[in-house]
Amino acid sequence: MNRKLVVLVDIGSTFTKVTAVDTGLRSIVAQSSAPTTIEDVSQGLKSALLGLQLDSEELRQARKLACSSAAGGLRMVAIGLVQDLTAKAAKLAALGAGARVLNTYSFQLTEADREEIIELEPDIILLAGGTDGGNSENILHNARVLATLPQPVPVVIAGNRSAAKEVAACFPQEFSTYIAPNVMPQIGKLQVDPAREVIRQVFMEKIIYAKGLDKASRLIDGIFMPTPAAVLRAGQLLSEGTATRKGWGDLLIVDVGGATTDVHSLGAGLPTRAGVVVRGLPEPYAKRTVEGDLGVRVSVLSLLEAVGADAVAQETGWPKEEVESRAALLHDNPETLPENEAEALFDRALGRLAVTHAVSRHVGRLSELYTPAGLIWVQEGKDLSKVETVIGTGGVLVKSADPLAVLEGAAQQADALLELRPEKPEFYLDGSYILAAMGLLAQEEPEAAFDILTNSLDSYKLARREQ
Amino acid sequence: MEAKTLVLGVIGADVHAVGNKILEIALTEAGFNVVNLGVLVSQKEFVEAALETNADAILVSSLYGHAEIDARGLREALIEAGIGDILMYIGGYLVVGNQDWSEVEAKFKQLGFDRVYPPSTLPEDFIPTLREDLGM
Repeated sequence: MNRKLVVLVDIGSTFTKVTAVDTGLRSIVAQSSAPTTIEDVSQGLKSALLGLQLDSEELRQARKLACSSAAGGLRMVAIGLVQDLTAKAAKLAALGAGARVLNTYSFQLTEADREEIIELEPDIILLAGGTDGGNSENILHNARVLATLPQPVPVVIAGNRSAAKEVAACFPQEFSTYIAPNVMPQIGKLQVDPAREVIRQVFMEKIIYAKGLDKASRLIDGIFMPTPAAVLRAGQLLSEGTATRKGWGDLLIVDVGGATTDVHSLGAGLPTRAGVVVRGLPEPYAKRTVEGDLGVRVSVLSLLEAVGADAVAQETGWPKEEVESRAALLHDNPETLPENEAEALFDRALGRLAVTHAVSRHVGRLSELYTPAGLIWVQEGKDLSKVETVIGTGGVLVKSADPLAVLEGAAQQADALLELRPEKPEFYLDGSYILAAMGLLAQEEPEAAFDILTNSLDSYKLARREQ
Repeated sequence: MEAKTLVLGVIGADVHAVGNKILEIALTEAGFNVVNLGVLVSQKEFVEAALETNADAILVSSLYGHAEIDARGLREALIEAGIGDILMYIGGYLVVGNQDWSEVEAKFKQLGFDRVYPPSTLPEDFIPTLREDLGM
């Protein structure tokens, strides 16, 4: 048998998942998973690879690419000058690189900020501030503060181009500094892709060693990116297509987890109706947001706080006290699975509310403005109302008995018509759990990745309920 | 000598876009680095853009007669942001009806504007003064 085998590995915080694909036949050959072994990730990886039950010589020869969200994922701090400008741009860049953004700072870092950063122990600091040729005083001040951190941290400098060299020079030898193009070279112009790529390089070169993930490296060819970056990459591939494959166009990916709900959108998000004025910072074509308070297990208490226990009570028909006690139970025992119809319904309600709220925070919105020239509409953020594809991923959705009911939280809601959510999307499920894997494969064989991904999604197309 | 940076915009709920575009073109041609915020610009946006770009001057337009309400407090906001010394111009249809120009000018100077221009001011009417004020 002469097949072209590639093995894609996702080292997650609890499970190490492996997918073997035949890039010639464009098919999934085998999938397996094993618990992640934090002290030496190669153990868990070895078990997962064995689980594929492939010929050992064929497995040895196959190319193996990995992404990882183990050991806390990629933890970052983003720093800019003005909160709504360079600080926001820095945060968007870090999120797009697949990071968990621990905090975002604006203006001059204070002594208290410095203390907090020491506590947060970020893996990488993204330092921005000032447009090109603009303010340099602030980023220099912040560099001098960061240079006094007791533990050296890799710093990606993506601020005012004119000050970049001087900023790098503020740091002592032990700090590694990387200069990337400005995340906001001009007011109103966002340029996050180059900084994102530099962050990915630093992740590959430094962070996986710092986290001990390199122990896996004798079994695989390398850990190339954080898992969320791989998911975003898969979305980008699906949206844009390849030289010979037509992409699916604008799309939305929702990933519901126990701790967070991630939303990825691919699309320019320009106004879709006439007479709309766009305000605020433009948003990236490939945009990722992470809601740390909207999860269905570890973060279930903050989810309840955000959506209100009454909303859950209403969706489930349970008394409020029961909602609260079930939530407390799920929080304390995150591995709990529903055991009967009612508990499944409860999980579904939590999932749906997490999706509804996470998408609400991700999409743009319209507001009315009365001017002497009459009523005008102001759009802030991305208009995703004409997006035709919504994909659900993550354990909660994939294991759900009724994923459609959960995912429908992403579409337009009758009580929030000014939120620019997809109006009439088709819903798909990442049923074979391969988005991250195909994002990895896209780095080397985009056409094969595109074909395998579209085949899988097409087989998990969810029927749209009649409204 | 490095180009001077100007922040340009139409303040408040004003959507007059044409003059704003003309100013952007004329000022760019005159060699300025123009940061044009467009129409419907809030005070906050003027302040933040000036901060990030280290601007040398802010040029505010208003063409619908509500400039006094919209611009009141802008100088104070700039002072709070630590760039209170920045040069600031305003021009356009600043008030409703035919009011005595010297009174209008005095009112806006009191709000913290260094120069105040009446309707129909052409770019060439104020660019030489702007150069002078910026020490060019």
